[in-house]
Amino acid sequence: MATQVVMPKLSPTMEEGQLARWLKKEGDKVSMGEPLAEIDTDKATMEMQSLGNGVLRKILIQEGESAPLGQIIAIIGEPDEDISALLAQAQSGASASSDKASSKAAPEEADAGEAPSAAQQEASGGEAPEPSSGNGAGARQDGSADGGRLVVSPIAARMAAEAGINLRSLTGSGPSGRIIKRDIEEAIKAVGAQAKEAPARSLRAVEPTTPAQQPEITGASPYRDEPMSEMRRVIARRLVTSIGPIPHFFLTTEIEMDNVAEMRASIKALDPELKISVNDIIIKVAAAALIEHPQVNASFQEKTIRYYERADIGVAVAIEDGLITPVIRSADRKSLSQIAAEVRELAERARSRRLKPEEYTGATFSISNLGMFGITEFTAVINPPEAAILAVGEMKPVPVVRNGQVVTRQIMRVTMSCDHRVIDGATGAQFLQTFKRILENPLYLIV
Amino acid sequence: MAVITIREALNQALAEEMRRDENVFLMGEEVAAYQGAYKVTKGLLQEFGEKRVIDTPIVELGFAGLGVGAAMAGLRPVVEFMTFNFSILATDQIINSAAKMLYMSGGQFNIPIVFRGPNGSAFQVSSQHSQALESWYAYFPGIKVVMPSTAADAKGLLKSAIRDDNPVIFMEQERMYGNKGEVPEDEDFTIPLGVADIKREGKDATIVARSLMVPVALKAAEELEKQDVSCEVIDPRTIRPLDIETIINSVKKTNRLVIAEESHPFCGVAAEISAEVMERAFDYLDAPVRRVTGADVPMPYAKNLENLAIPGVKQIVDAVREVAYI
Repeated sequence: MATQVVMPKLSPTMEEGQLARWLKKEGDKVSMGEPLAEIDTDKATMEMQSLGNGVLRKILIQEGESAPLGQIIAIIGEPDEDISALLAQAQSGASASSDKASSKAAPEEADAGEAPSAAQQEASGGEAPEPSSGNGAGARQDGSADGGRLVVSPIAARMAAEAGINLRSLTGSGPSGRIIKRDIEEAIKAVGAQAKEAPARSLRAVEPTTPAQQPEITGASPYRDEPMSEMRRVIARRLVTSIGPIPHFFLTTEIEMDNVAEMRASIKALDPELKISVNDIIIKVAAAALIEHPQVNASFQEKTIRYYERADIGVAVAIEDGLITPVIRSADRKSLSQIAAEVRELAERARSRRLKPEEYTGATFSISNLGMFGITEFTAVINPPEAAILAVGEMKPVPVVRNGQVVTRQIMRVTMSCDHRVIDGATGAQFLQTFKRILENPLYLIV
Repeated sequence: MAVITIREALNQALAEEMRRDENVFLMGEEVAAYQGAYKVTKGLLQEFGEKRVIDTPIVELGFAGLGVGAAMAGLRPVVEFMTFNFSILATDQIINSAAKMLYMSGGQFNIPIVFRGPNGSAFQVSSQHSQALESWYAYFPGIKVVMPSTAADAKGLLKSAIRDDNPVIFMEQERMYGNKGEVPEDEDFTIPLGVADIKREGKDATIVARSLMVPVALKAAEELEKQDVSCEVIDPRTIRPLDIETIINSVKKTNRLVIAEESHPFCGVAAEISAEVMERAFDYLDAPVRRVTGADVPMPYAKNLENLAIPGVKQIVDAVREVAYI
């Protein structure tokens, strides 16, 4: 019986997908679970698996075209099956409800012929062990799909918990990517093999190394391979999509932070409970500068440049095994104490991995601060589709010349990475000028 | 140990229990002069006489009720239904009287009665004469339901059923009367009701099967052994009370369960076992529990269709491969 293939939901925030590449062409045989196409989502390019058996009868969207979730994008059926009803449905733009589709197909088949009841029975699939409901609904994805629901058998979940194995690091070998007992056994075996090597290594490490025993260092360095976490995978994929296709350029400036430091001291004197960090002030100032320079608060789209109305600032937070950028929405309109409270709360939940997707996606600009690690300056990689990211270094006293005198000032270096497709050198420089002006005179925030 | 047929084992059990207790008597259509429609009661009229081996008219509700009354009065009747298909006519006496009497009389009347006969499919006797009714009877509190699959089990369980003080539905299988097996000769050999038997040990998947499906499941297990899948085959033997512990322990070991039954799937015994396993051993499952059942249609008369309606080795092998993900 013919099955509709619909645009599946491949990431939690996905609303539409762009067909990157068909892996099958019309007339090709396909079976359940076989890769059918590659889909670009808002997050990544994902493989879409076939949820039916038969022949790829009709492709309804071409490579490069986009479709909203649930739209019928292809039809799988028997080579000689009449799919005109499904085609008509697809072309009328109806999004597929698979149940309706499959129950619709059977009576029509019967109408076309002499409609013997036996044929109808056969059409409704005495052989098929799986009910056809759920086909094409896009509900059954790869179990370990990016950010999606993990499909795990109960015993596998239990064994993984006991062995301390991260299920997201595994690929399920069961139907629809279900992680099953066998997968955990293999993972345990792999970990066991590593553990066996480990004691030998640590033993060597504690051996006293006298000069005579100084090991000769030749050849390549020894190494160990550790399975990659899902988060590390996502970071890798996203950063490659950034530095690769995005032409970066970098602008650095020095900012005198004495007034900011003084303002913080005043706020503290006012209310010791109010904990405002330098970074909270930077967020606020950056947001204010973005509103003044909407060219920077933008995003490169395939055919357009998108300018955002709000300044939603992504704040990079380091967490175990990666980083995540919770978003402070409309930071220009929020008070410093509001921003401080929000950043603290989001960072805390980020560290315990309890952020909701909508809390770490959809920033219009990002800030990464490594000052607390003693980094003077650095460049950051743009988090697409944003057009810029600000890398903030350490604030420290530096001797500078003012009015012919050598004095010390609290200096902070910031470097902005810009997407040259959206921002030009001068545009970026003007933004930084404003940013610097406000930060050096934070009273601008209230006038 | 002697190798005898299930028919002979049942006959021995009846004779031994009638010798042991003079309150035991036999009643049913053609059980006496004709020696039983399937010859299970062969020789009993000759040995025990017509007071204890009684031919009844073709009136199931009547002689079932007579049996319940005799049990209330202190006798231990064994009532034969020519097949359980005909017990449908007697259900008022079985379900409303036998099953409920102890409870409704406040414990005053035990009903030590056995209703026995063949259940399930035979050979081309069509829709009305091929039904597996165990889930009907197992549904009601107050009755025990027993289904042996080997000659030894048939003998040991029937003797226990006759000695039991409660109503017991004892379901044989027409296709299996001629199956042979070793049976202990000891007259006190009994098998307790409510205890499952592990017919074959294994570690990769559990197959629960009863009655006609036990030999089929064992063949499937042999076939699967060749494919490197080791199956444990469990025969519950008693459907109520069900020895669920043995099944749960096996599932905890193998993590996969296939339940094979000859009966229809809807509201069947396999559905009950599946629910119990889900409730008690969910965290041990590696795959959804899979049922292999008779077709959900009235039994066809045509031989080819009849064969398709009864589960075979292939369906069980396929189901095990499915839950073992191979």
